Amino acid sequence: MCMDIARIDQIIDNHNAEESSLIQILLDIQTQHHWLPKQALDRVSERLDVPMSRIQHITTFYKAFSQVPKGRHEVHVCMGTACHVRGAQRVLDAISDVTGIKAGETDADLKFSLETVNCLGCCALGPVMVVDGEYHGNVAPAQMADLLKNYE
Amino acid sequence: MSEIVLTIDGKEVKAQEGMTIVDAAKTVGISIPTLCHHEKLEPYGACRICTVEAESRGRKQMVAACLYPVEQDLVVQTRTEKVAQIRKVLVEQMMAHAPDSPQLLELAKEYGADRNRFEKDPSFCILCGLCVRYCKEVKQKNAIGYLDRGPRREISFIPDVAARECWDCKECFELCPTSALQAAYVLTGAISAPPEEEAAGCACSSDCGGSCSG
Amino acid sequence: MLMPRIHTPAELEEFRKQILSQRDDLRPCITLCSGSACHATGSEKVAAAIVEELENHGLTGQVEVRRTGCHGFCEQGPIVVIYPEGICYLKVKPEDVCEIVSHTFKEKKLVERLLYVDPTTGERTAHEHDIPFYKNQQRLVLGLNRKINPQSLEDYLAVGGYQALVKALFNMTPDEVIGEVKDAKLRGRGGAGFPSGMKWEFARKAQSDQKYVIVNCDEGDPGAYMDRSLMEGNPYTVLEGLMIGAYAIGASEGYIYVRQEYPLAVENLGVALQKCEEYGLLGKNILGSGFDFTVKVHRGAGAFICGEETSLLQSLEGKPGEPKPRPPFPANKGLWGKPTNINNVETWANIPLIINQGAKFYSSVGTEGSKGTKIFSLVGKVNNTGLVEVPMGIPLRDIIYKIGGGVPNGKKFKAVQTGGPSGGCIPEENLDIKVDFDELMSIGAMMGSGGMIVMDEDTCLVDIARYFLEFLSDESCGKCVPCREGIRQMLKVMTAITKGQGKEGDIELLENMAMATQNAALCALGKTAPNPVLSTLKYFRHEYEAHIKEKRCPALSCKELIAFHIDPDKCKGCGSCLRKCPATAIEGGKKTIHVIDQEKCTKCGTCIDACPKNFAAISKLSGVPVPAPIPAEARGL
Repeated sequence: MCMDIARIDQIIDNHNAEESSLIQILLDIQTQHHWLPKQALDRVSERLDVPMSRIQHITTFYKAFSQVPKGRHEVHVCMGTACHVRGAQRVLDAISDVTGIKAGETDADLKFSLETVNCLGCCALGPVMVVDGEYHGNVAPAQMADLLKNYE
Repeated sequence: MSEIVLTIDGKEVKAQEGMTIVDAAKTVGISIPTLCHHEKLEPYGACRICTVEAESRGRKQMVAACLYPVEQDLVVQTRTEKVAQIRKVLVEQMMAHAPDSPQLLELAKEYGADRNRFEKDPSFCILCGLCVRYCKEVKQKNAIGYLDRGPRREISFIPDVAARECWDCKECFELCPTSALQAAYVLTGAISAPPEEEAAGCACSSDCGGSCSG
Repeated sequence: MLMPRIHTPAELEEFRKQILSQRDDLRPCITLCSGSACHATGSEKVAAAIVEELENHGLTGQVEVRRTGCHGFCEQGPIVVIYPEGICYLKVKPEDVCEIVSHTFKEKKLVERLLYVDPTTGERTAHEHDIPFYKNQQRLVLGLNRKINPQSLEDYLAVGGYQALVKALFNMTPDEVIGEVKDAKLRGRGGAGFPSGMKWEFARKAQSDQKYVIVNCDEGDPGAYMDRSLMEGNPYTVLEGLMIGAYAIGASEGYIYVRQEYPLAVENLGVALQKCEEYGLLGKNILGSGFDFTVKVHRGAGAFICGEETSLLQSLEGKPGEPKPRPPFPANKGLWGKPTNINNVETWANIPLIINQGAKFYSSVGTEGSKGTKIFSLVGKVNNTGLVEVPMGIPLRDIIYKIGGGVPNGKKFKAVQTGGPSGGCIPEENLDIKVDFDELMSIGAMMGSGGMIVMDEDTCLVDIARYFLEFLSDESCGKCVPCREGIRQMLKVMTAITKGQGKEGDIELLENMAMATQNAALCALGKTAPNPVLSTLKYFRHEYEAHIKEKRCPALSCKELIAFHIDPDKCKGCGSCLRKCPATAIEGGKKTIHVIDQEKCTKCGTCIDACPKNFAAISKLSGVPVPAPIPAEARGL
């Protein structure tokens, strides 16, 4: 699962290797690779001349970053207030039952990663979840098994 | 530099522009408790134990004395009932992590804090950041940094850097207000695992043993 | 159409004329709202169906298809509007499109079943502006969303775009622009409501060779999404406002900080910036005025705290989003130490309106202390959920009942939460207040960014306060003790209370910790973190006491304090609940009264939803013992 150094360099060059673009560079790597291997972080540290201590803080501070490989399908459940009062917790519990993983985890087969989000901004449709970028609104716990069985 | 006149605990104090309340208080022998403050480091304002009451242009507010710049006619109270109550709660909350820290025990005595008020969660670290900031600002080595945020925030050595820099330095140890135990523990763990043998499961570059949640 | 670089205001007007000459208001046009919420309800598939169906009927080219921004009535999306008649169809599915095209376009007839139906009178409404949800709004800022394709500069110019910029650059001095914003008494829409004109003036007066202006689109307040909707639906207005602000302050560089959780906003904004650069509306010597201005987009990587100004600046500099103490204020020392002015998306979107219509008009809307309109996201337990733009000073009750249509399913209203995690819960008795910055503050709530979450009798307010602490504990940066440790300890107490482990003295402990956190925390997140606890304690203390003393959840919501029970006199042995129970906790059979095994029950609530409404045999209990199951021999029906 090693990321090609040339591809990382390309991302860094797209941002002119500017130190202020550190977070944007890490986001691009995360988007392309779905996680941040240590090798990639070392390269960023070296090219941008930014100490690893800062990179380490950033990659654990912001929620978009992952230090471990993600599953093939990323499930995000919105836990915003509007979703909360309409039963988001029950939806999350149902997904945990179906997938066998808790929020923040990835299953052993690398099929699903389950994450909670603190508001997706689709509040009128709560509870809301997103699977691989596709939004599902007004979901009910009982639908989860059917919805997730289509993913391989 | 223009001279600024302010009042601290009823005393008139002459200070220079750019000084903080803590600095100005010191010049007239008023001591304000601090934990994360260090004269060699940039003011940080994390522990908030230096909270005082400051009145400026008719507006009264609680401010961190280690950060707040002196102003003309500022009226500062360092020992009100409310200030004492705030400090008491903060000491109690920090003691949940470091119940045996000498500095905290002393503060607990002064403010009547109950070291057992909150359930113990002995991480030994109150995240004052003295070690992190000293390594960065004074030594410029960046061998230690923070991880994560909120209640999951912790300090962590960078193994590659620590293996290279720390053995001959260790100057951060004596800065630690909760004894140097935590720093030493983390450091030992970090250096005992050379970079190539790091746990493959976690790329957080620390000694989290793969438990880092990212 | 040509893509000329526009060098002067005259050329801009020429270009606008050219666009308008090719538009015909009488030409048939079908619009479809395409915000993120509508993506969730299938707007992509509807769009594809429209294109296909028009082609089938040989109407391609005759009927214009326009993907617009969010109309705000998200509960009823996707929304299709047909011009010139203005017929509005709601909850449109791909399979409805065939009928819409054949009926409405070919035969000029209405598709009745897709029209809005008034839930009380049963009356159908054909036009958007007659629907009560819209009728009671005043859409000065959000209104353009439904008229334009957010990726089309031509569309924005067709509705008068960049006239305010021209007016500011050529007919007003920077001081006059600031004067206008001050006279309009615009207050920041991001939360604290600081007067925007005054903020601009601080940044203008700061001496520096370089200054910055920033759009804060790190909309993190859970339950609020007006900034997403504006950024997705009308990025040009936000940009126009930003450019006017940059000119007034003397900034030549701008940043737009937008959450990466809003991919469509990032995309539409990117297109808008590229178009503006191509046409010369951004860059050097804009429209020949001598004003230079460039804009960069920064995607936020997922941290609520970055909505706080100083954290946002740290993040822009490529650092963890930890707040910095103020003073110094960003107006004097902001991004890279230079004077910086940061406003929220909605604030910037108000600027072109103020410049175009003038401060006099703008300040004629609203209350003494709060001028103009405010966009709220009306969500939760309310019939018409969506974005609502109303004049400041409208009674809160009107928003929830006249526009929102009240609480669904015949349930009783309990509270409305405003202001996000820094705000408070407002009970029934305060519903007649006039909504503006100061009134909300006076009752322990907050305007915040405009989230308005309605809660009914099934919502536990103790759980809501716990929920916000959990949110804030996850989002605190962790730098200062009163926030990191204060929230952590308050959350522990609140969690115990909702689990029935509350103790005598917990409320006092909460109040004591809240006092310390409010007063000693470094930034606004910490200082306001205790608000949800304090406001619920103020109005719903009896709910706390019920949890602590009686181990009872009055809303029947806290899992650990409730039990599910099947009433043997009502159960008809139909098996609906038994089949659906994911925990196999229900015993029973054909013509046999069902019984819930309390040991196995996970309290997921599936059985209540499954029990036929005419039986309604299952209920929730709290604070009372669960009746013993009836003996097996007595269960036959």
